[in-house]
Amino acid sequence: MQGSAIDSPTVVNYQVDVDHAHHGHPDHRVMGVIVFLIAEAMIFLGLFTAYLTFRAVSPTWPPEGTPELELLLPGVNTIILISSSFVIHNADVAIKKNDVKGLRTWFGITAVMGAVFLVGQIYEYFHLEFGLTTNLFASTFYVLTGFHGLHVLFGLVLILGVLWRSRKLNHYSNTSHFGVEAAEIYWHFVDVVWIVLFILLYLLK
Amino acid sequence: MTQTFQEEAVHAPAHGSPADSKREWRKYFSFSTDHKVIGIQYLVTSFIFYLVGGFLATLVRTELATPQSDFVSPDLYNGLFTVHATVMIFLWIVPAATGAFGNYLIPLLIGTRDMAFPKLNAVAFWLIPPGGILLMSSFFFGAPGSGWTSYPPLSLIYNKIGEVIWILSVLILGTSSILGAVNFIVTILMMRAPGMTLNRMPLFCWSMLAASCLILIGTPVLAGALILLSFDLLIGTAFFNPTGGGDPVVYQHMFWFYSHPAVYIMILPVFGLISEILPVHSRKPIFGYKAIAYSSFAISFLGLIVWAHHMFTSGTPPWLRMFFMINTMIIAVPTGIKVFSWLATIWGGKLRLNSAMLFAMGFISMFVIGGISGVMVASVPFDIHVHDTYFIVAHLHYVLFGGSVFGLYAGIYHWFPKMSGRMMNETLGKVHFILTLVGFNLCFLPMHKLGLEGMNRRVAEYDPKFATLNLVVSIGAYILAVSTFPFLFNVVWSIFKGEKAPSNPWGGLTFEWQTFSPPPHENFSIDPVLLIEPYEYGTEEAKEIIKAGPFLATTVGAKV
Repeated sequence: MQGSAIDSPTVVNYQVDVDHAHHGHPDHRVMGVIVFLIAEAMIFLGLFTAYLTFRAVSPTWPPEGTPELELLLPGVNTIILISSSFVIHNADVAIKKNDVKGLRTWFGITAVMGAVFLVGQIYEYFHLEFGLTTNLFASTFYVLTGFHGLHVLFGLVLILGVLWRSRKLNHYSNTSHFGVEAAEIYWHFVDVVWIVLFILLYLLK
Repeated sequence: MTQTFQEEAVHAPAHGSPADSKREWRKYFSFSTDHKVIGIQYLVTSFIFYLVGGFLATLVRTELATPQSDFVSPDLYNGLFTVHATVMIFLWIVPAATGAFGNYLIPLLIGTRDMAFPKLNAVAFWLIPPGGILLMSSFFFGAPGSGWTSYPPLSLIYNKIGEVIWILSVLILGTSSILGAVNFIVTILMMRAPGMTLNRMPLFCWSMLAASCLILIGTPVLAGALILLSFDLLIGTAFFNPTGGGDPVVYQHMFWFYSHPAVYIMILPVFGLISEILPVHSRKPIFGYKAIAYSSFAISFLGLIVWAHHMFTSGTPPWLRMFFMINTMIIAVPTGIKVFSWLATIWGGKLRLNSAMLFAMGFISMFVIGGISGVMVASVPFDIHVHDTYFIVAHLHYVLFGGSVFGLYAGIYHWFPKMSGRMMNETLGKVHFILTLVGFNLCFLPMHKLGLEGMNRRVAEYDPKFATLNLVVSIGAYILAVSTFPFLFNVVWSIFKGEKAPSNPWGGLTFEWQTFSPPPHENFSIDPVLLIEPYEYGTEEAKEIIKAGPFLATTVGAKV
């Protein structure tokens, strides 16, 4: 009961003393995005764990006859995606200085980098010597990279959405730019997932 | 017997013109963003699915009334018990416990005007009806028949179309559940009234916070498993198909990583409801506030590391079985802390034995039976003996029905006056309670014996030596089915003809009782400030608050 002492003569009077002016709905959207990304991370964690378990219980991994993965293209792709995280951060810095042009430039560059990543991945799909159902390694490879690719695509849509909205110069400002932050957080998330994915699928022997 | 604590009967102000109130009912069919409307939408929708699931259960019990498979075809029987379980879990208890009570109560309990993301909230609700209808439609294409667990390889070869529908439906319902959890977590953490620290918020919020964390961590892993399963089904990959080098046990691990915590997703919010109801109707402070609050999180944490106790017979290595057995048994500790705290709360209180309180006490007694059989099946040697028998069916129904459903009924009786502005009929409520208690025990108690004697679950035919007890079980099931009628009649009659409810019919101290019944749009006309902790019954401050009426919704109270 400590801290519950009531100084005013009645509870009710005290309540009226603190009658607040009606203020607007509080904005917790950034926190909402972060909490939602915990759920997203758990899907990937579940799939990664499944992949590691398949590795662990299979007598040989990758199953015999699986061709070696080419590292050059995915390596370049990885560098592009990681650098894009730094690029998109500049947009955040720009909008905090109320620089909408800067925001548009940096988001534009990120969008191009994201698109190059996706095209690179599709190119890789068409040149791999195994298909979705070839063996367990092939299936996990395509499902994991494909599921991540869908997330990159969604991140790209978010970025293009911000670009579209920012064509009106006063839509985003240094005080109100939830869309920019959400797209940026999502993009960083997709980037981190790719780093883990790249290590698991390409580098882990 | 309705004990009212107030002289004045203040009712919600009319919302605009009389024409508006005539169109009031339409909001329940609209994309409303009001948390109270959404809460009631969840409650009514999930209750309809409860009736559907109950109907399926009645069909299952009719088939099992005799040892022969003579009522429905074995194929349909498989569909019946699979869809029964899926409906009861994903369309009744999860949405009712988290969606309905979470949405309706959390903003009221923490003294805010709405949830953090009202539109997202509406989206989460409107995913439920399509998900449910989709699942029911599977009966037209050959219902999924591999149990609600959908273990491969059986689920890969049996009634494939039904299985795909099942997967899609569970994915939709899981998405709804995740979106809801995001909303609950942000709302509880960020939007509490001034003065309400975490350690001074109502216990329901603690348990919803713990359950939401489990939804957030568990459900996505189930989604991952179902995505892989659907690839196996539709495209012919071999993640879980041993003939292609896959491993069905990986599915079991991923499935139970969600589905064991799901048990706590279904019971933790109900623990919260009980912690709210008992002190109000005992007129005593809750015993061990912090113990109850923190044990919710202990249960959540432990709940995440016990999943393989469902897999003691799936070739799990002995050292791992030991690990999961011990973890599982440890869960009895935080659960026991809660149960003893509840008992200490009602001990020596001025108990009001109304319907809400009867169901709450029924909850404690029935849940304890389920909890004890839970410790029994946690032990490896015993579980190997009763695995996949009716003992498990008995255990899970004592926890899910004796626990969750009794608690949900208690919650409905307790908050019905707040939700509808009308009192429920107590006599009908007691008839409902007695029928439920008798029917429930007649239905599920004999199952323990059947299971110990070796009757397998999920079978349409059984050895004639089990016939007598099965008949008893089926009679119990019919009584349970009948028991819903007094309840339904009570609800419908009370909504239209029930005695008008005052703002605080039970003399409660949490914020929802300090506003009108039903609360106006945006709940309060002044922003509440927490003055005393929510369970300080019997103190002078508490008496003053209860006497003051719906002062949070009016400024009239200033004259008191």
